Amino acid sequence: MRFSALTILKQALSGHSGWPEQWRSPEPKSAYDAVIVGGGGHGLGTAYYLAREHGLRNIAVLEKGWIGGGNTGRNTTIIRSNYLWEESEAIYEHSLKLWETLSSELNYNVMYSPRGVMMLAHTVHDVQVFKRHVHANRLAGIDNEWLTAQEAKDFCPPLNISPKLRYPVLGAALQRRGGTARHDAVAWGYARGASALGVDIIQNCEVTGIRRDATGAVEGVDTVRGFIRTKRVGVVAAGHTSVVMAMAGVRMPLESYPLQALVSEPVKPAFPCVVMSNTVHAYISQSDKGELVIGAGTDAYTSYSQTGGLHITTHTVDAICDLFPMFRRMRMMRNWGGIVDVTPDRSPIIGKTPVPGLFVNCGWGTGGFKATTGSAHVFAATIAKGEPHPIAAPFSLERFTTGRLIDEAAAAAVAH
Amino acid sequence: MLLIKCPYCEMERPEIEFRYAGEAHVARPLDPSSQSDAEWAGYLYLRSNPKGLHFERWHHVHGCARFFNVARDTISDRILTTYKAGEPKPDPASLTATGAAT
Repeated sequence: MRFSALTILKQALSGHSGWPEQWRSPEPKSAYDAVIVGGGGHGLGTAYYLAREHGLRNIAVLEKGWIGGGNTGRNTTIIRSNYLWEESEAIYEHSLKLWETLSSELNYNVMYSPRGVMMLAHTVHDVQVFKRHVHANRLAGIDNEWLTAQEAKDFCPPLNISPKLRYPVLGAALQRRGGTARHDAVAWGYARGASALGVDIIQNCEVTGIRRDATGAVEGVDTVRGFIRTKRVGVVAAGHTSVVMAMAGVRMPLESYPLQALVSEPVKPAFPCVVMSNTVHAYISQSDKGELVIGAGTDAYTSYSQTGGLHITTHTVDAICDLFPMFRRMRMMRNWGGIVDVTPDRSPIIGKTPVPGLFVNCGWGTGGFKATTGSAHVFAATIAKGEPHPIAAPFSLERFTTGRLIDEAAAAAVAH
Repeated sequence: MLLIKCPYCEMERPEIEFRYAGEAHVARPLDPSSQSDAEWAGYLYLRSNPKGLHFERWHHVHGCARFFNVARDTISDRILTTYKAGEPKPDPASLTATGAAT
């Protein structure tokens, strides 16, 4: 069923009792043409584009919990494309362009809101690095502009630009097309779109093994609901990628860290944009529900606990209180952790693996949400054709052997 | 915040006195130039990143300033034992038993 003003009117007249399920929940079949391991935004999007653009309809998404329950439901929903290197600019800008039309593409409101992402500079080094980013982005045709401290305050009035701060605001880089989207809606919209095209979305179905035949190629996956035969497996398991890839005997250049976020009590609209600061480490926006959505840094150590140390969130809240004194008496409602898979160069890994038929899309670290669309789109093409999509090609697993790293530690914004 | 027992100071101290220093027992090849690119990449970048028992290095940067090793469960974040650099990796079976008991 398509959403439209007419269907909403009809449902309103019948007391909203006739809304159907948005995606099917079938029993797993014994075999598929391709299996996606991981039902987050990236995995569901991959299945959607495989079905929609590459005609692969006999596919399944296996999710060990519920869809969108991992990092898709745990991040701070920031979208931007102002990365430094050409390879990164290509994939993040590809993603941003897909965000712009995603709601109409899916006929599902993902609430993409290009309210502007402003990254604060507090030191001479920050100023130099951000100006370099601004120039690199403008050469690549990506909007990013330099603001003085006063211009930053004009754009975001709650900002404290007093020179008395320990780390005063010296200026900011602003990407006006950046913003936020509704994380759950992204997972649900892709799930709904994929399901309508025939993709089986199977929740509570943990993969426990990857079987390989005598030639070493993928033969299928063992799950808690039985063996599923398939020749193509796409692993999109975020923080658990190392664990899943180990089932096929592949060691990954990844470490999984807890990354925390928190939200405040809901208040009236008070905060117009997204503000990030790498140096004092804070990032903040206000959701449409009115909660302040605040992101903290990663913990120091690897962990799968989906929780982190309170001193990490305290550090971020301290920074928020300095930058936005009007929030000093806000109460925080909830905090939580996600497990992010971090690569040595802070860029993702998308593509083939040493195992024939096994593909991987991982390493998005602390900033995967913004790339959900583009990552899914190029990964689907990579699985369908068996060769990396041109935008995905530089992000191969081989780059750690050839040395062609894509170092985005400065653009990743989250303190590691 | 973790409480970590430094095996040199023989004291439990809060995590903020320490720096995490990655997976332990990753030996640098004695003759790097004899390594293939893949072997060298393995040494530099590939990590076991296990869900469960993990051996890792910590640096007591605001204390004795020495490196030592920690065995920790990455699901519960419980520290099972700590031991000095250069000492052999403890037997995992013994660790789980003592870790559960403490």
